[in-house]
Amino acid sequence: MFKTLLRQIGDYKKDAILTPVFVVLEVIMEVIIPIMMAAIIDYGLSGQSMGRVAAIGLAMIGAAMLALWFGVESGRTASSASSGFAMNLRQAMYERIQTFSFSNIDKFSTAGLVTRMTTDVMNVQQAFQMSMRICVRAPIMLVSAMVMTFLIHPRFALIFLIVIVCLTAVLALISSRANPTLRRVFHEYDELNARVQENVNGMRVVKSFVREEYETRRFEKESEKIRSLFVSAEKLLALNSPVMQFSMYSCILLISWMGAKMIIAGSLTEGQLMSMFTYVINILMSLMMVSMTFVMLIMSRASGERIAEVLAEEPDLYSVPHGIKEVPDGSIDFEQVGFAYPSNPGKEVLNDLTIHIRPGETIGILGGTGSAKSSFAALIPRLYDATRGEVRVGGIPVKDYDMASLRDNVAMVLQKNVLFSGTIKENLRWGKEDATDEEIVRACRLAQADEFIRDFPAGYDTRMERGGANVSGGQKQRLCIARALLKKPKILILDDSTSAVDTKTDALIRRAFREEIPDTTKIIIAQRISSIQDADRILVFDNGRMEAAGTHEELLGSCPVYREIYESQTKEGGDDESGK
Amino acid sequence: MKAGNKKNMGATLKRLIAYVLKKYKRQCLLVALCILVSTAANIGGTLFMRNLIDDYILPFVNQARPDLAPLLRALLVMAAVYYTGVFCTWAYNFIMIYVSQGMLKTVRDDLFHHMERLPVRYFDTKSHGDIMSIYTNDTDTLRQVISQSMPQMLSAVITIAGVFVSMLVLSPPLTLITVVMVICMVFATRTISSKSGYYFVKQQTDVGNLNGYIEEMMEGQKVVKVFCHEKACVQDFKELNGKLRESANNANRYASILMPVLGNLGYVSYAVIAMVGAYLSILGGQMTLGTLASFLQFSRSFNQPISQLSQQLNSIIMAIAGAERIFGLLDEEPEQDGGYVKLVNARYDAQGNLTEVPERTGIWAWKHYHKADDTTTYQFMEGDVVFDHVDFGYTEDKEILHDIEIFARPGQKVAFVGATGAGKTTITNLINRFYDVQDGKIRYDGININKIKKDDLRHSLGLVLQDTHLFTGTVMDNIRYGKLDAAEEEVVRAAKLANAHDFIMRLPDGYRTQLKGSGSSLSQGQR
Repeated sequence: MFKTLLRQIGDYKKDAILTPVFVVLEVIMEVIIPIMMAAIIDYGLSGQSMGRVAAIGLAMIGAAMLALWFGVESGRTASSASSGFAMNLRQAMYERIQTFSFSNIDKFSTAGLVTRMTTDVMNVQQAFQMSMRICVRAPIMLVSAMVMTFLIHPRFALIFLIVIVCLTAVLALISSRANPTLRRVFHEYDELNARVQENVNGMRVVKSFVREEYETRRFEKESEKIRSLFVSAEKLLALNSPVMQFSMYSCILLISWMGAKMIIAGSLTEGQLMSMFTYVINILMSLMMVSMTFVMLIMSRASGERIAEVLAEEPDLYSVPHGIKEVPDGSIDFEQVGFAYPSNPGKEVLNDLTIHIRPGETIGILGGTGSAKSSFAALIPRLYDATRGEVRVGGIPVKDYDMASLRDNVAMVLQKNVLFSGTIKENLRWGKEDATDEEIVRACRLAQADEFIRDFPAGYDTRMERGGANVSGGQKQRLCIARALLKKPKILILDDSTSAVDTKTDALIRRAFREEIPDTTKIIIAQRISSIQDADRILVFDNGRMEAAGTHEELLGSCPVYREIYESQTKEGGDDESGK
Repeated sequence: MKAGNKKNMGATLKRLIAYVLKKYKRQCLLVALCILVSTAANIGGTLFMRNLIDDYILPFVNQARPDLAPLLRALLVMAAVYYTGVFCTWAYNFIMIYVSQGMLKTVRDDLFHHMERLPVRYFDTKSHGDIMSIYTNDTDTLRQVISQSMPQMLSAVITIAGVFVSMLVLSPPLTLITVVMVICMVFATRTISSKSGYYFVKQQTDVGNLNGYIEEMMEGQKVVKVFCHEKACVQDFKELNGKLRESANNANRYASILMPVLGNLGYVSYAVIAMVGAYLSILGGQMTLGTLASFLQFSRSFNQPISQLSQQLNSIIMAIAGAERIFGLLDEEPEQDGGYVKLVNARYDAQGNLTEVPERTGIWAWKHYHKADDTTTYQFMEGDVVFDHVDFGYTEDKEILHDIEIFARPGQKVAFVGATGAGKTTITNLINRFYDVQDGKIRYDGININKIKKDDLRHSLGLVLQDTHLFTGTVMDNIRYGKLDAAEEEVVRAAKLANAHDFIMRLPDGYRTQLKGSGSSLSQGQR
């Protein structure tokens, strides 16, 4: 994992290496300074020449200025390296995700990918910056302060050593006891946030069912759980600073006692005693910092792992090299096709499907929920690969095409479709980058979107809010259809894409398709029969199998399932909004 | 930073402190006391340094048989002082846990409780990411400030005051030098932290922009794939990503040079004091070595809290910005409900009049109190909706519905769905009173819906909304969403009506299947 991540440092390697160098230099200065301090006191005390005191004092100021400069430089390089590292991580992940197939995306889930690119990168960046500076600084400070102490008097070094060992043990014990609880707290945090998210997104539902009180109670229960977990973890962590103080004070008392005896015996100077006190603080502070960064590193480790997972994920669909770029026509053939989602390879959602569709045909697909209608459609533009059998478009197996060319010719309007922030025109140009205004208007006319777009004050230049929040569900669907039409595809797949469009407009769209793009093969997946009853052929799916195929009239006569659906929908007056 | 901004921050800080004190006055007092004792122990320790050298060491130097008993006694006293300090440090840390965690729970609960009462308009106009970050980022920084920064600040202020007084007692001229150096340090701190503050705000904006972009693109990643739009997206992303690096780099740089600058200025001031001190003791003889030693120690402990304060400053600025957003949400006007017509269980009495009853009868009535003549009437709940010349727009300047008239008799859903796409959501918004009409009236069973209590109105509507949302919990829980006390059979019956029973039975645990957020484990139609 570290290798995968560290590879992303890239151009910032220089800064990443310079940082510890500067830190080391800074620490060396800081270790020399107390010696100078001791010298000043000793000379000052013995009443010797003022000149020497001044000389040492000036040297000390010089050392401090140098240390300052090194410190500033290390800060500069550390932040440059860490922010650059974070940028490269995000960039690498983003580019990696662009190569992902649908099943790769399904595996991580949208929310998972977002967290990895935001919070996780943030954690790693912080840990990286910390470890470059503090993880270098603290141990070196510790060691060199120990060496200095040893040079002054080995017995002090022994005291420090004992205290350091005890303190380390206690700090380690505390954090090892507290960490599992902390991890649980973070897990609970996620739960709590998920709850808030649900409420924020679904406030209409909460309010229309008058469930505000209920939701609040549920939330309070959750937040109380976090509180009590956190309290129990922090109770342990609260021991950290008193333990640390205790060690420091004990050292000072011991040193005072021993030091006093040594001074009286003449084996130690007062200045050296004073520098001892400085070293106590330096050493214990470094220990504290190490233990703090240690906790942070552990916490960011999980983040690092999650990032590495994305970077290491192999896209499971590849475009063949030198794939075919031309799709001859809009025919589709399924030859004994079986398909299971990679996440659940044991369960075939489609089995043994064979069907031949002629160019220009309009195919309606109907079936209960979970009957694999969407899975069937997703195999045509090769969003997934069939696990068995062969899918052909224009007589050529889909795997032999250049993937981009195939998807340009097979336009699919996804069930869960999205518009992006930007103007309507910009959104539509996703279909064809250099589309002229006439082309755009024509596509929108076909999709029955032109009229309402013109009703907006800014027309085609109206800005879409994120997720297309400022248009209604039906309008959004029509824009998505127009966007797909701009590709001038040989095959057009509408996966339940007119569900929010009223029946009249729905019919107009279908008429436009019939009259204006007769050569395009149209596959229409729908919930309501009225959307597909005039199709050339209707396929009825059930449980991953094609139950029946035929025209509306044929099916009414031969297929009881179809007749049942038809009757249930016509009885309700053609309105199936509530039946969803 | 602008002056007005600062004033705002001051007000927010005051409000935050008041918020803490309201519930934890006693604990906070105790914490302050403990901090005081622990800080005093620390200062006392440094003062002891003078006595250690002047009274217990120097007199005995080079004596063959020094009397160490007084030193031992003094050390024991010091030990007592020190360990009291340690105990107090533990005590205030311990109490602080309860204060800060309890406080956070209160903030969260208050936030959530208040959020549930906010009108739908708030959620339609605010970015959901922004609302979420109040719960995540802003409360997180608040936790740090309450549990760490605030006690540290207090201890720093006490230390500074105590050390200052002690230094003044030891040597006024040296104190003057220290003060001059401290002013330099404060100046350096302000220069650096105002720069880093500026870039931190910028970084925050850039983080927001980039995260927004990431969220949007990940949401639409499948569409990106279908349109082979990957390359163009990478380009846009690169730009935002680069911007964030720029501001993050600057913000972190200024933040991380603060510590070395302050630390080493501290050393400089130490050297200057040592030189002047040595000069005073050598030439003037007005100063003992112990005094100088302990003064030097003080000058260190004077610098430390100042650099601590400056370090905390950034996190406090960030936390205050977060607290501002938290209070911003808490200050949002909640949904007003001026309605007084209530939905009650009712029954027809012998005369055929509707009367209110406490138990469930299956008959619902509107209880309508008329102020004019102090009477109460009951009206049978039918579900009859009338739009009477309604005008409405989401913003003042843009009317979406103009002079709309709709009559929907009970059971007639056609009236809404038949309307063009644009108005459908709007109409359900209006009937539920998620939004209020600008002109005209909506009548429900002949009653102006403004007079009906919102909860009762929504109860009675039980609308199936356009974007169906499922909530975490089992399928059973979700169908029950409409009616909390529904029996299992009722749920199953409702599911059968909605043609959902079969597919629910196919799920691994049937009605007990756990759903994840927004029902992602079900395919779209199954919702």
